[in-house]
Amino acid sequence: MNLIVARLIAQRLALGLLLLFAVSILIFVGTMMLPGDVAQAILGQSATDQAVANLRAELGLNDPAWMRYLDWLGGILTGDLGTSLSNGQSIADSLLGRAGNTFFLAFWTALIAVPMAILLGLLAVRYQNRWPDRVISGATLTTISLPDFFIGYLLIYFVAVKLGWFPSVSTVYDGMPFVERMRAIALPAFTLTLIILAHMMRMTRAAILNVMQSAYIETAELKGLGGLKIIWRHAFPNSVAPVINVVMINLAFLVVGVVVIEVIFVYPGMGQYLIDHVAKRDVPVVQACGLIFATVYIGLNLIADVVSILSNPRLRHPK
Amino acid sequence: MKLPNNPLANIPIAALIGLILTTLFVVAAVFAPWIAPYSLSESVGDMWESSSAVHWLGTDNLGRDLFSRLLYGARTTMTIAALATALAFSLGSILGILAAVLGGWADQLMSRTIDLLMSIPTLIFALVVLSVMPSTTIILVLVMGILDSTRVYRIARAVAVDINVQDFVEAARLRGEGRVWIIFREILPNALSPLVAELGLRFIFAVLFLSSLSFLGLGVQPPEADWGSMVRENRQGIVFGVPAALIPAGAIALLAISVNLVADWVLRRTTDLKGGRSG
Repeated sequence: MNLIVARLIAQRLALGLLLLFAVSILIFVGTMMLPGDVAQAILGQSATDQAVANLRAELGLNDPAWMRYLDWLGGILTGDLGTSLSNGQSIADSLLGRAGNTFFLAFWTALIAVPMAILLGLLAVRYQNRWPDRVISGATLTTISLPDFFIGYLLIYFVAVKLGWFPSVSTVYDGMPFVERMRAIALPAFTLTLIILAHMMRMTRAAILNVMQSAYIETAELKGLGGLKIIWRHAFPNSVAPVINVVMINLAFLVVGVVVIEVIFVYPGMGQYLIDHVAKRDVPVVQACGLIFATVYIGLNLIADVVSILSNPRLRHPK
Repeated sequence: MKLPNNPLANIPIAALIGLILTTLFVVAAVFAPWIAPYSLSESVGDMWESSSAVHWLGTDNLGRDLFSRLLYGARTTMTIAALATALAFSLGSILGILAAVLGGWADQLMSRTIDLLMSIPTLIFALVVLSVMPSTTIILVLVMGILDSTRVYRIARAVAVDINVQDFVEAARLRGEGRVWIIFREILPNALSPLVAELGLRFIFAVLFLSSLSFLGLGVQPPEADWGSMVRENRQGIVFGVPAALIPAGAIALLAISVNLVADWVLRRTTDLKGGRSG
């Protein structure tokens, strides 16, 4: 690691932090400054003036906005996400188990989807413009157009209800045996895999094809090397950076896509928690969840950037 | 040399299918009140009847005719998606071109704001806003349009930066044309074709986005119905083996695929016309 790389990475990290800070302001301002009174919105039109005034005081709405923002940010940095308006419980406590469930689902999906996407991408390049490539490309074009819930309910209807292979509702609880838990997340994980697989594979294919057009690949071909060997030994190492980039972007997408999937499969994760509380107009929960989702998203994109800096040989070995 | 005067003459079969289906969807949406055998909200049978001669697609969770609701839903879904796409395009392309023409700090300010908006996942951002705003049609169009305009902005700015340095724009500047003229008469017409190619994809995105919001219960509110909220209403049936929810979900999928096929063809045609890569 040399100085230039270190400086570039430090710059990216600083920029990421700045972005997070700006995002936290945006989320806070978005929920606090929009027209309409939050207290009124929570209690509804029929609330008495006294009740609204009490809630305003309880929420600290009478303090200036910047003070409330600093309070909120300070709380988050020390692990206190505030209390939910609808049930008065600590948001951090409610989130802990749910975030674990969400990342459990995302982890297993990634473990299946990432190697599969790269493998299929390699296959599509190897048999470019022949039937495997066409089948893979056609299938991905279709799955990109399908709404998440269509895939989800199709799987529930046929695999869970008609065939009875997996439970149709993904209930998980503390102390659930591992095998049971895996059975419960099988269908949501499969749905998520289908959703991100297409995109990831298409971009992997494009990244490797890009390298395949260079002169040194032609040399390898003229040398008489076999198709897969050229791709694996010569093209793939040079497309690792764009491929990792693709993977990270899709993982970021995965963490967000989880929201809809959790609602479809009634999976007790962070996404469902967020949706429930949006409907209840529970602003502190929405702010906290929104910030967490945004942080994961920005974090994964940041890793993608750092990896592409690290894997760029021109930066590693400057002249 | 004979110029191809009919653009539909050598249309590939996939694009033709897409075009026909898209047209059918539009016709269904426009003429919904005349085609639909029943009204949007009248209860005309038992809950979740299977399809019959009377109810082509069966009935929904409240015994309403699913086919009629599908037609009205097409209207709501496509209208809101089209309005949001139109807003995203006008806002995104004008701001994008403006940023390219102005350059300097104005460009920096706009581009960094867009970066900030894009750094939050679209769905999460929409959820945050909808937690304090009512889900009315206007709010939905505004939220979806503004969030999607960030994507259009990126493309428009990139295209406009290239055009902005061309000689004919320079000439217009030298003969003293104002900024408005430069943007609308010089750059916009030349930036239109790559932007239009993107139009179909943005429309699909809007349809899917609205459907997701409605499916989550935060989009179109009853008594109005769009395809996403119809999936939501009928989802309980799935577990009992009633496929009613799959029908509106399938309609969304079919519409998205049809528009995709057309968009793909338009995209290829524009690159061909420009002597682009695909051969």
